[in-house]
This record gives sequence, C-alpha cells and structure tokens, in this order.
Amino acid sequence: MQHELLEMRNITKVYPNGVLANRNVNFALREGEIHAVVGENGAGKSTLMKMMFGMEEPSEGEIIVRGETVKLHSPQDAIDRGIGMVHQHFMLVPSFTVAENMVLGMEPKKGLGIHYDEAARMTLELSRKYNLTVDPHAKVEHLSVGMKQKVEILKALIRGAKILILDEPTAVLTPQETEELFRELKGLRAEGHTIVFISHKLKEVKEICDRITIMRSGRTEGVFDTNSVTEKEISRLMVGRDVVLKYEKDMKPYGEPILQVKNVSSGDEQGKQVLSRVQFSVRAGEIVGIAGVEGNGQAQLVEVLTGSLPASSGMVLISGKDIAANNIREIRKMGVSYIPEDRMRQGAAKEASISDNLISTRYRSKEWNKRGFMDGRKIRKLVDDLISDYKVKCSGPAQEIGMLSGGNMQKVVVARECSTNPKLLIAEQPTRGVDIGAAQFIHQKLIEMRQEGCAIVLVSADLNEIMELSDTLLVMYGGEVVAYIDRPSEVSEEELGLYMLGLQKQSEEEVRRASHL
Amino acid sequence: MFRTSAVILIALIVAFLIISLVSSQPWHTIQIFMFEPVSSKAHIGNVIEMAIPLMFSGLALSLLFKANLFNLGAEGIFYFSGVVAASIAIHAQLGNWLHPAVAVLAGGLVGALLSAIPGILKAKWNASELVTSLMFNSILFGVGLYLLNYKLRDAKAFATVSYKFQPTAILDKLVPGTRIHTGLIVVLVCIVAVHFFLYKTKWGYELRMTGINRNFAEYSGIKTAKVIILVHLIAGFIAGMGGSIEVLGMYNRFQWTALPGYGFDGALVAMLAKNKPFAVIGGAFFLAYIRIGADQMARMSDVPSEMIAIIQAVIILLISAEQFLKFFKNRMLLREAAKDA
Repeated sequence: MQHELLEMRNITKVYPNGVLANRNVNFALREGEIHAVVGENGAGKSTLMKMMFGMEEPSEGEIIVRGETVKLHSPQDAIDRGIGMVHQHFMLVPSFTVAENMVLGMEPKKGLGIHYDEAARMTLELSRKYNLTVDPHAKVEHLSVGMKQKVEILKALIRGAKILILDEPTAVLTPQETEELFRELKGLRAEGHTIVFISHKLKEVKEICDRITIMRSGRTEGVFDTNSVTEKEISRLMVGRDVVLKYEKDMKPYGEPILQVKNVSSGDEQGKQVLSRVQFSVRAGEIVGIAGVEGNGQAQLVEVLTGSLPASSGMVLISGKDIAANNIREIRKMGVSYIPEDRMRQGAAKEASISDNLISTRYRSKEWNKRGFMDGRKIRKLVDDLISDYKVKCSGPAQEIGMLSGGNMQKVVVARECSTNPKLLIAEQPTRGVDIGAAQFIHQKLIEMRQEGCAIVLVSADLNEIMELSDTLLVMYGGEVVAYIDRPSEVSEEELGLYMLGLQKQSEEEVRRASHL
Repeated sequence: MFRTSAVILIALIVAFLIISLVSSQPWHTIQIFMFEPVSSKAHIGNVIEMAIPLMFSGLALSLLFKANLFNLGAEGIFYFSGVVAASIAIHAQLGNWLHPAVAVLAGGLVGALLSAIPGILKAKWNASELVTSLMFNSILFGVGLYLLNYKLRDAKAFATVSYKFQPTAILDKLVPGTRIHTGLIVVLVCIVAVHFFLYKTKWGYELRMTGINRNFAEYSGIKTAKVIILVHLIAGFIAGMGGSIEVLGMYNRFQWTALPGYGFDGALVAMLAKNKPFAVIGGAFFLAYIRIGADQMARMSDVPSEMIAIIQAVIILLISAEQFLKFFKNRMLLREAAKDA
C-alpha cells in the first residue's frame, strides 16, 4: 500500500456569488504517481486545484498533507509544504530573463543588488538535474510556449515543490511539445515527484497517468487505476446526466428554413482554424441544439451568426439574406434575438435598472418614443408586464439588475430577447449558473417560442438541456460538426460523449444531412 | 448620498483638525471659514459667482464620466474658448443681446470641435482619452497664450491682458451689488436640459448604457463609437460655453495667463455629484463655499487658503477609494440575498 501524500476530505466550496463549485469532494494523492483529474468545463476541477494550492479556501472539509491537517491561506502556505502549480496561463514576467523569473521573490543577494550569476547558476543546475533544458539568459518574451512551460515547472521545483499541479498543460502545446512534456513528467516521477494532471483529453490521460479522478458537476464520480478503465467508461462518467428533465412538446411540421449556414470556416488571430466547413440549417419552429465540450468552436460560430466575427469562407443566410456585411444592429433588425453566454459581460448592464436592461434592444424604434423623448408610461407598462410574466423577483423596475440573483438576472435577459417576437433566437448557454427553478422556466419559454414558430439555435454544454429541448442535434469537436442526430432524445449519453470528446465521428454524408436539403 | 455626506464630513473634520493645529485662535478661524461666506451680500455673491464656472465644468465632466470616459480636457477648452469669446467681444460690432450670445456660442462650438478630437481618437483607435485630453490642455493653453500675446494684447496695459471688451459684449449683472451675471441662468438651463437628455431621450439612454457596460451596449446594437464622439461634442460645447461665459461675465479684458483650473475642479464636482446633473449644483456650491471660506480665512486669520487643497485631496481620495464604505454596500447586498431566499 502506497503512502497517501495529500488528501482532501469532504471538500465543499461555495463562492461568494452563490455558485456551488465543489460538493463533498474527496481526493487523495499517492507519493510518486501521476494523477489525472478529468471533467468537463465547470465540473469543479480548477476550484479543487486552487484550494490545493491555497488560492481559495474551502468552505467545508479538510486538507491533509503528509498526515497533518493544514489550512492553506495563500499559495505561499502551499509552497512551504512542497506544493507547486503550473497555471494554464503562465505567470511569468516577459521582460525578465529566465534566471530572473526563476528567483523572483527569493533572489540570491550580493550586497544590495541581485546576485545574477548565482541565479543563472541555480537555474542551470536545476535544469540539468531534471533534464529540462532552458537558457537562463534568454528573455522570457522570446521563448516558445513549450519553453515557457518548462520555466514554470522549474520555477515550482526551485521552490522545493514535491507535488506539482499542472492545469491543462497540453492545451497550448503542439503534439511534439506534448511528447516532450510527457517525457519530462515521467522523468520527474522517477525522481520521486508527484504530479496532478488536469485535462479533458482522454488519450493523453491514458498515456501517462497512473490513476484518474473523474469529476462532474462539482462531485467526484470515482477514482480509478488507469489500466482498469476504458476511454468509453471515462467519457460516460464525465458527461452523464444527473437529473433527467422531461418536457412536453407537440410535434408539428417545421416551416421555412430561417437560418442557413453554408460551409462556414474561420480562423483566429494566430491563424488557427477555429471553424471548419460548418453547415446546417434551422427551420421555423425547430430547436437545433449544438453540443460539445467548450472551446470547440461553438463560441466562434455564435460570433459569426451575430456579426461580430467575419467568416473567412462560406455564407450565413437569415431568411435567405446574406448577413456578411451586417453588424449586430442590422442583424437584430432582421428579427434575430440573442441570449449571450456571459450575462455579466454582454447580457446585462449591472449598474443599470431592470427597466433600462429590458429595453436595450427596442428603445430605438418609433414605438417607444414620442416627440424626441422616450415614452416613459409605455415603457413602464412593458417593463411591469415583463417582470410579472417572467416572474422576476425584484423590488421594482428601478432596482439595479446587479442586485438580483443569477437566475433572476438571466430571466431579465431572456425576457428582453424573447419579447420582441424574433424569427430566430440564438440561445448560448441560456441556463448556465442559474437555479433549477429559473432553468426550468427558461426551458419552458424556449419551447413556447418554438411552438409559436420561432427558429432556435441552442448552444449548450448541459446535456440535459440539449437532449431534452433539441429537435435535432449537432455535435461540434475541434471546430467541425462531427455528428448530426435527428432524434436527440433517443441517443444515448455514451454515444454523445464519444462524439463530444472526439473519439468518434460521423461520415461526411451523415453530417451533411444537417442542412435539411 | 450617504457615502458622499460621510466623505464631506470626514474632510471637514480633517480641515478643523488642521486649523486647530496651525492656528493660534482655532475657534475664531473655524468660524471665519464656516460663516464668512454667508456673512454679507457681497460674499454670498462671491460664492455664486464662483459656482457658475464650476457648474459648467462639473456638468461637462459628469457627462463624460457617465459615459465612462475619463477626459480632463475641460481645462484647456475653458481657456481656449475664453480666448475665442474674448476676440469676438473685442472685434465684433453687434447689438446688446446678440453680441454676448454670438461670442458664447462661438466659444461653445470651438469647444465642441476641439473636444471631438480626443473623442474620435478614442472611438476609432481606442486611444486613452485621459492622455490625449491632458496633452490637449497644454496645446490649447500654448496656442491660446500665443493669441493673447500676439493678437489680442493691449500694449498700453501694464500686464499681459487683452484689449477691453466692447461694452455690448459683457454679460448683464443679475443682482446689483454683486457680480452675479446672466451666466447663472444659462448654466441652470443647461443642467435641466442635460438631465432630460440623459434620462428621457434615447441618445441619453445610449450614453448611459455605453458608460455602464460597453460590451452590453454593443451587443444590444448601440453604436458605441458614435456615442463616444457625441458625448465629447456635447461636453466640449458645455465647457466651451462655460469658459466664454466666465470671461464675459467676470472681466472686461481677457487676463488668464495660466490655466484657470476649472476643468480639474469640474472633475471634483462631478465626483461629488456622482455624475448626476442636478447634483452638480450642490457639488459646485459646496466647492465654491469652502473656497470662499478659505479665501476669507486667509485674509482674516493666520491660516493660508492652501488648506483647502487638503480638504479637496481628502474628498477625492475617499470618493475614488472603492473600498471605502464597501462594508455597508455588502450589508445591503446580503439583505437583498436574504430576501431572495
């Protein structure tokens, strides 16, 4: 029996904004292993790691390091106990050299100044010892991503880390760099270090990890020896559903195609392909779900549809009209509504009143203005009606929206977008971070809109939502549509998981059915 | 409201503490500081006269701050528009009412156009309006001083001042025995107009939403670049009118050889007023009151008027400190949350 080096017992974490990130999580680390933590975005991996590294404190539960219960109030506490972390976004000073970054905060002194040569010598010695080759005199801003990561690892090691937490280390690496990283990690393991490896790339996890902890919606779904589970089993545990919600939908024939996406591709600033030949259509009265692990092109697809990202090739038609030259205002005028993913960033103006938030997409039209002034009485009536129709719990229309709970704030956003009789509604993660009651309300509303003949694009990482609401379902992986499913409620979660994690892919012809031609 | 009152109270307490440390007759000095501004008609007049330019700049800056634009260019615009109004006041031949009206409007228009430059730079290229507007202050001051020295300067006068304004150009006095001029009416009209603009028109709505969350505004279909340029135009117009009115209302020659400081004072007024047009009146009067009080104190006691700078510093520090009184805000939030559950 190996020694338990670090244990986290019954950890619960509630953030001040009410988000429950971890519920009764148990996690144990054995000395000298590479331990994977896998789970979808929002499953609570990062929160757990932040607590292990002292960046957050657990609301309940205890952390035990080498048999001793500890309270980690800051990363320094964690470092003192030999825990180091390599963040996904590097924490280095670009204009400093590697050696300077290495010793930041623990500089060897020569008189009043920094003993730079000593710093370089320490860096070199350590990099030889662990076979992580870096040039101590190179400036960090000139290094490649893979090199920067090495510096981060060395930075943790020079501070005496025996436990290394790597937060999605391969997300930014090329395949060659990834291979190199794996060799180095194995080397570290041989030296007796313990590594926590966070990822949702199952192939990598299988390749290098000894044990796996699977997380889902803030809970641990189990701990396994890597050899004893298959990728399929892992994927099932990662993406399974908690509660099955059922909604009544009556079947009626779809109308005309409202949205047609034809062969759309797009690249990001670095020239990386983020959307590749996406093709589908949405008909009046149809909800098309777009599923996928976050970061597989869904966000970019929505940006293309709403006019904030130009497609590098292909076409988007709304009611038969090409929108390439239109901005969001003109697109909205065509009868498009959009519930954005992030209500704090885009969906709402936090310090403005509920009333101001409800009229932001319609205040411009003649209907709401009278002789140069906004028609206060009419607006008041609209706002009162919307607040009661959508059951927004608030003290009145003048209350700041930022004071509302997440669910109520989202209801305001949904009320605004759904009450303008849109022909096409783009709903991006419409129930993220809201309570069950509000989520069900919003789902009912979407179905109601569908019955009234609205075409709906539903982008969601929530399987429950997407499987129950969608009439047809697309799965995106790596910027591509990899599956088209015409009866989403009959598909199994396992199958969906395989598509979402890129383990399986439909043929071109199967996927092309999405354009309903 | 509560927070602002608390800030003012703390600043006054600090002022009293300093006075009691510095002065040999602290009680007497405090009395001068507190009550001298309302002790006579002339002094009350002084307070109102000083409040007029402060209201103009406070109003201009409130608009900019409301749109989340930290532009401090009102300073240079006050100066330069003053020069423009002065040259019209000196050279044009117009009737009694028309003359100041033309001069003030010209000053306002020049102010609007000058203010638009940082606005366009911000809207098109996201250049920091704080940096460009501060640099513009120096440019406008330099060019204005040149015009004063080489075009408007009266060689017969002993100081660097312009020729005398035509009597037709000077603003009428409202209250005999004081220098309170018709600019007071103009600024109050402006305040009411800005209030309605901000809270009752769709352009004002766009401005407020852009200020609170530019992403949200963009997402809703508001063209925020246009909004930013519009705010700069309006604020520049108000500041330009303010400079012109101050020059034509208080003096008979143009005699500023340094930046008058109203632009920066306007930032303080806007902060005190929390960028609300009607509250600008209160903020401007408060600042004018303690200024006049300090002036009198310097004249009649042993404490110099620079003491006022300390009060201002405390006010700015406390108002801009996010953390200050956050405790109470948190409590309010918790109460709301409790109601929800």
